[in-house]
Amino acid sequence: MPQLKMIRAMCEALDEELRRDERVCLFGQDVGEFGGVFGTSARLQAKHGPRRVFDTPLSEAAILGTAVGAAMSGLRPVAEIMYIDFITVGIDPLVNQAAKLRYMSGGQMTLPMVVFTQCGAGTSEAAQHSQCLEAWFAHVPGLKVVMPATVYDAKGLLKAAIRDDNPVIYIWPKLLYDLKGEVPEEEYVVPLGEAVVRRDGADLTVVATSLMVHRALAAAEALSDEIGIEVIDPRTLVPLDIETILASVRKTGRLLVVHEANTRFGIGAEIIRQVVERAFDQLTCAPVVLGGAGVPMPFTRVLENACMPQEQDIIAAARKMLKC
Amino acid sequence: MIDVPRETLIQFLRTMYLIRGFELKMLMLFQRRALAGDFLGALHSYEGQEAVAAGVGACLRKDDYQFSTHRGHGHAIAKGLDLNKMVAEMFGKETGCSRGRGGSMHLFDVSIGQMGGNGIVGGGLPLALGTAYSALYRNTDQVTVCYFGDGAASQGSFHESLNMAALNKYPIVYVCENNHYAATTHVSKNCPIENIADRAAGYGIPGAVVQGNDVLAVYRAASEAVARARAGQGPTLLECKTYRHRAHCMVIPEHRPEEEREAWLARDPINLFVAKLREENVMTQDDLNRLAAEVEQALVDAVKFADASPFPDPQMLSVDFWAN
Repeated sequence: MPQLKMIRAMCEALDEELRRDERVCLFGQDVGEFGGVFGTSARLQAKHGPRRVFDTPLSEAAILGTAVGAAMSGLRPVAEIMYIDFITVGIDPLVNQAAKLRYMSGGQMTLPMVVFTQCGAGTSEAAQHSQCLEAWFAHVPGLKVVMPATVYDAKGLLKAAIRDDNPVIYIWPKLLYDLKGEVPEEEYVVPLGEAVVRRDGADLTVVATSLMVHRALAAAEALSDEIGIEVIDPRTLVPLDIETILASVRKTGRLLVVHEANTRFGIGAEIIRQVVERAFDQLTCAPVVLGGAGVPMPFTRVLENACMPQEQDIIAAARKMLKC
Repeated sequence: MIDVPRETLIQFLRTMYLIRGFELKMLMLFQRRALAGDFLGALHSYEGQEAVAAGVGACLRKDDYQFSTHRGHGHAIAKGLDLNKMVAEMFGKETGCSRGRGGSMHLFDVSIGQMGGNGIVGGGLPLALGTAYSALYRNTDQVTVCYFGDGAASQGSFHESLNMAALNKYPIVYVCENNHYAATTHVSKNCPIENIADRAAGYGIPGAVVQGNDVLAVYRAASEAVARARAGQGPTLLECKTYRHRAHCMVIPEHRPEEEREAWLARDPINLFVAKLREENVMTQDDLNRLAAEVEQALVDAVKFADASPFPDPQMLSVDFWAN
């Protein structure tokens, strides 16, 4: 199987979907001629033409509004927001419009659109270029939230997101920009709403998202002689495959959720709520969330690292949970 | 002499009568129900602004798109929204145009290009970019009309949208209904210049101030703007100076100066137009009476239909929430 970088795999997904469905279009700042600041749309304008792949002004509300209006009238737009932090400048078309239009119109319309963006810290870009805002969007009824962690999933989930008839926010982890992984040559999609067990284990369930999947796997490997850690990657937060998580927790009796976003009111809290409501009796110790520190992401590396869950933090949390 | 066909003139009057009759009936019914403890929402009356919707609406085809506002009953009627479905929606019934999920501010009928009202001031502006882009993309000559008020002209979405529409020569007619008040704030406290239409120059597009209570003036200006858009010459900004007869909404008390209200009431768009029709012998008093009776009957029938319709089944609350 060929090895591709994550960035290239996503570009292939966009290319293939543009080729497959004439209604698909792609736009955002620097997306057209330049090919995206991260290269996710490299050469796509030359291939598919400026009608379908184009640059927009630096206007987040206009970019997102264009996507909503285009989706309302028969297209399947992919709108790139360069950093998820920038979405806050023009969030209305996504939260007040896209998420609600189908329901509010009595089901008259479908909104097949993807907001294509990236998140996360670790690149010394400070507080306005490093956030993980997935919980915001997961909280809004009407939006699907996709967070790939591997190269294979980055491609397959993006294709599934484009084919979905609902508004989807697709958030890739920028620190994994260069990550290489195997991608089959043949066509595939990764369906939304299916978690994957990345590693089997009998003692502790670790649910990790995005970048944290890799740190959880590294911690599980480091502890392999000591603790059997099962690592689950939900891949999509809405819809959430809670059944796969429950099955694991029923086996291990212990649940640790690891995400980069800060802990307060986050995805971890929601996953634990669902597990506690349905599998309280099977828990042998209190579930734990390991998340960001909950300060604006600092610039300097030593503080930035302190703000994000590290492999050692996961190891420490796992050991502590096994003692109870 | 009026250089507009007689049937078009009658259409103007019919639309204005319908809007006025609709607003008066709804106000009466909403107030009566509110007193009985059944509050159906705030109700933003379009009374006084009828000439704008009637004049613009007459320039549009069924397949043209229209984005309306929180004060949008008139726009919906002028686009041809079925009265039964409209009143049923106002009452929250399953037979309503949005199946009781939208209400007064969210009247949808995608089959006639009525892409909804909007509870967010300036919320429709970015969405209009999308239907306009989509029309170009699909190589149709559909035009998008985007209504907004003097308040929305201070929103960031106004700038982002007009800038991008001008850049891409999108087929959009921006209709700013300057009724001089954003809720209770006079336009002079919202906007440092006399005419919002002057802002068109900043985007390199045509802008025009229109006497918004003169349906013929609105019709002429809108015809020209729609023709430009349809011919691929890009967007136009029309500012229709007008005045609402009622306070911002049903639950906010009247606060505007008495002299100002009287001056505008003396320029009631329906009275002005009827005087002109009588003067030019387009319609006799009998014709007028017949038309008024026909409109009244349609409204009475619509209220009957709505009253007899069922409310949505609470069991259906989440059904069809997601597409697929």
